[in-house]
Amino acid sequence: METITLTGQIFQYLVTGITVGSVYAMVAVGFNIIYNVTEIINFAQGEFVMLGGLIMVFLHVAVGLPLILAFPATVALVTLVGVLLDRLAINPIRRPTVLSLIIATIAASILIKGTAMFIWGKDPFDLPAFSGRDPITVLGAVIQPQYFWVIGFLVLIVIVLTFFFERTIIGKAMSACADNPDAASLVGIDVKRMVLLSFALSAAIGAVAGITMTPIALMEYDRGAMLAIKGFGAAVLGGLGSFPGAVIGGLILGVIESLGAGLISSGYKDAFALIVLLFVLFFKPSGIFGNIEISKIKRF
Amino acid sequence: MTLRKIAVLSTICLFAVGLLAGPALAFKGAYKVGAVFSVTGRTSFLGDPEKKTAEMLAEKINNAGGINGKKLELIIYDSEGDATKANLAVRKLITQDKVCAVIGPSLSGTSLAVVPLAAKYETPLVSCAASYKIVWDDKESKVRKWVFKTPQTDTMAVQAIYAYLNKKGVNKIAVLSVTSGFGASGRGELLRLAPGYGMKIVADEKYGPKDTDMTAQLTKIKGKAPQVIVNWSVGPTQVVVLRNWKDLGMTSIPFYQSHGFGSRKNIKLAAGAAEGVYCPLGAVNVAELLPDDHPQKAVTMQYMKDYTAKYNEPLSSFGGHAWDALELVADALKAVGCDKAKIRDYLENTQGFVGQHGVFNFSPDDHIGLDKNAFQMVVVKDGDWTLAE
Repeated sequence: METITLTGQIFQYLVTGITVGSVYAMVAVGFNIIYNVTEIINFAQGEFVMLGGLIMVFLHVAVGLPLILAFPATVALVTLVGVLLDRLAINPIRRPTVLSLIIATIAASILIKGTAMFIWGKDPFDLPAFSGRDPITVLGAVIQPQYFWVIGFLVLIVIVLTFFFERTIIGKAMSACADNPDAASLVGIDVKRMVLLSFALSAAIGAVAGITMTPIALMEYDRGAMLAIKGFGAAVLGGLGSFPGAVIGGLILGVIESLGAGLISSGYKDAFALIVLLFVLFFKPSGIFGNIEISKIKRF
Repeated sequence: MTLRKIAVLSTICLFAVGLLAGPALAFKGAYKVGAVFSVTGRTSFLGDPEKKTAEMLAEKINNAGGINGKKLELIIYDSEGDATKANLAVRKLITQDKVCAVIGPSLSGTSLAVVPLAAKYETPLVSCAASYKIVWDDKESKVRKWVFKTPQTDTMAVQAIYAYLNKKGVNKIAVLSVTSGFGASGRGELLRLAPGYGMKIVADEKYGPKDTDMTAQLTKIKGKAPQVIVNWSVGPTQVVVLRNWKDLGMTSIPFYQSHGFGSRKNIKLAAGAAEGVYCPLGAVNVAELLPDDHPQKAVTMQYMKDYTAKYNEPLSSFGGHAWDALELVADALKAVGCDKAKIRDYLENTQGFVGQHGVFNFSPDDHIGLDKNAFQMVVVKDGDWTLAE
């Protein structure tokens, strides 16, 4: 009977935690993009992840498109759902208040979830791993190749987003909306278009999270809500609106869950993450990377 | 239009109505039976096959002339796995729909939420959920008068697994369970019955019902080097845990699942990781594997044939609980009619009822009617169930 050393165990917990945390981080980044431009929390964020996974299963497994085609097609379709969400639910609201917009996203999430249930049914679905299922052993820990894909896509998203917000005009315009929407519209930025773009972007990121995690954890129609909660926790932990915060927050949350489950008690896994979240908010209410001055200006 | 034309037309109309209503009129009234299942929501994998099974059976009974010439009218409500909704649904069934008996709910939690109603309105209830507490009042240490249930209890499943492990000479086990009602109850029985079978539990790990990864728990178990792992969960988690088990290269430690694993969909979803996994299952899961002289061979084969023909999907053992519940009630209705007290008495004295999950023998002290022989140990081989030797 094979055993495993304590170092091996801890390394295993870290690897698992970082992988799960990467998914949380991607969801948290999605929250932040929309939050920065609109000041609302998009409760349908988890639904993007779910749709990403299920549409990918449909295109790749049922239709039989090769991975390289199914991946962008899925991202495009989910992005379209994000665009429709903005055009049909967010944009038409006449006198938008933060509260009414948030309620609209809750309604949208229920609608998307229900539609997914009708299309795919209630069973979980599986997706073949991108590069096989033969695990790699490092320092006594077992790593699925799919873990690298999840972590890799998080890194890619961070790089692309940094470039987008720092170097491109549109990205800068979006950042401007985040800083001050009134001033942004005064200098000629179409704020409504930026809102549309933010929904499209965060839907695309959600889709990537869903596609990469499905080979590990399966996907079913009502997975979204739980992921949204974890992702929201990560965003708050890192400081709502901060991109480095979202990534760090997600990874911390994942690692704490994994270490807590492995070393202390698996029954209280979710509690550890929440305790740390409360603890951080107690000492730094704006989150790790959040700025209290900025959050005072925000309406939410 | 002349008067004559109107007369002719209305006669034709009346005829047409009479023809359409004809088959329905053949029944002399109806027996109403209520059902509450978790048709949608997270536990729909239980309620969905249960609903389909109940509908299929009712249709079959009515096509064969109903019960005592009366139509079996089945009224099904969806509890969505929610205790409050289940309670409201049962209340509505009893007070407004005036049913003779209620079958369901699908979950232990929702069933426990409605058992007080059965006693209050003196209506027989045949639950389709696992926990023994549904029929056993722990506070007063006696059987609940109006409540019966069809599924095997987790106690029987644990006994079946432990007896099998004893035979294999295993005594060092790791317990994994989901933190839902099903997992907590199974874990309780695993821990309670362990000393009696000489089992030493070296690890006792848990995970949440929506968790996406159990690598941490399994890694911890690996460090404790048990002889086998016994996992107690239902839904997607029991598949994810299997994949993690395989990915971690732990296949040298045999994996035992609870009776909640009883669906071929799970084997398919595990994508090869279910190979060599053991679980205790009712006869309904392995109908075609049963020897011909097995008492349940005929009923289980018939059910499997009907269900797969009608719904074109693999049979789920959970539907079998609804089969047992509805057939028991139909049996009682046939014998005593729609008299709630008499139905209850009849159910309580039912002996040798051959169902999907076992041969039921009820008594005033036993409203479950089954024992651990209602389980066969099954192992997954080449992507399908095989009877374990």
